Amino acid sequence: MSKMTLKTEGERYVVVQRKFAASPEAVYRAHTDAKLIQRWMLGPDGWTMPVCINEAKPGGKIRFEWTDGKGNGFYLTGEYVALEPYSRIVHVERMHLPDPTPDNQVETRFEADGSGTLMTMRMALPDEKTRAAMLATGMEQGMEASYVRLEGLIAETAKNASA
Amino acid sequence: MHSLDVAFAALADPTRRAILARLAQGEATVMELVKPFRLTQPAISQHLKVLEKAGLIKRRVEGTKRPCRLAEQGVREIDGWLGMLRQALATNYDRLDEILAEMEGKKGRRKR
Repeated sequence: MSKMTLKTEGERYVVVQRKFAASPEAVYRAHTDAKLIQRWMLGPDGWTMPVCINEAKPGGKIRFEWTDGKGNGFYLTGEYVALEPYSRIVHVERMHLPDPTPDNQVETRFEADGSGTLMTMRMALPDEKTRAAMLATGMEQGMEASYVRLEGLIAETAKNASA
Repeated sequence: MHSLDVAFAALADPTRRAILARLAQGEATVMELVKPFRLTQPAISQHLKVLEKAGLIKRRVEGTKRPCRLAEQGVREIDGWLGMLRQALATNYDRLDEILAEMEGKKGRRKR
């Protein structure tokens, strides 16, 4: 878990970085092959993706449908903008909760890092309505324990200020 | 709910983060904030206005003073959303680790 970092960039973006013990080619394939995506892009334990359409070519369609098997579910649609095997993917996505959220352009980069891969994903921050809708999907349940603590940031600032 | 963009813009400034850190310890008036931050009263007031608009602090009226305190809900809301995203992604990538190990394993076998 500590391998992943999630940071806000300026006022508009979230940047996620994660290292993988596999080649950029393997990590790229796991992001573009529908059969593979369906096995890991599931969110919290208990959720599944019964529908996974993923046409990995510029202009290709994306449609992921998730369910928790207890009546909660939502889906995402999108289009691929650019694909550079095995280094970069740009796509646009929107969630349907059930109203569509504003389009979010996501750039995912894969760089060789030693014998593994460093992945960097950059996406826009969702607006207020989108966040509220996302939180209402039921995905937030059981997540309190691992919240990013803003208190942590504040405590750090206080410590630096007094140092 | 307040815009996350506005909240992050508010948090991007180190002085405003420091003001929040001070308010995390308890309520304070503008005058009480002027001293430790060595800023003018209008400068502090401007920062407080940004924080209030972002839903990160609340102010109440007490005579001629308007003491400020941390708005727990605003702080928790940002926390909550980022926490949800972090948790969903971390769980995804842990799963992906297993799939990648499987993929690399198959490739290794094919090579042999």
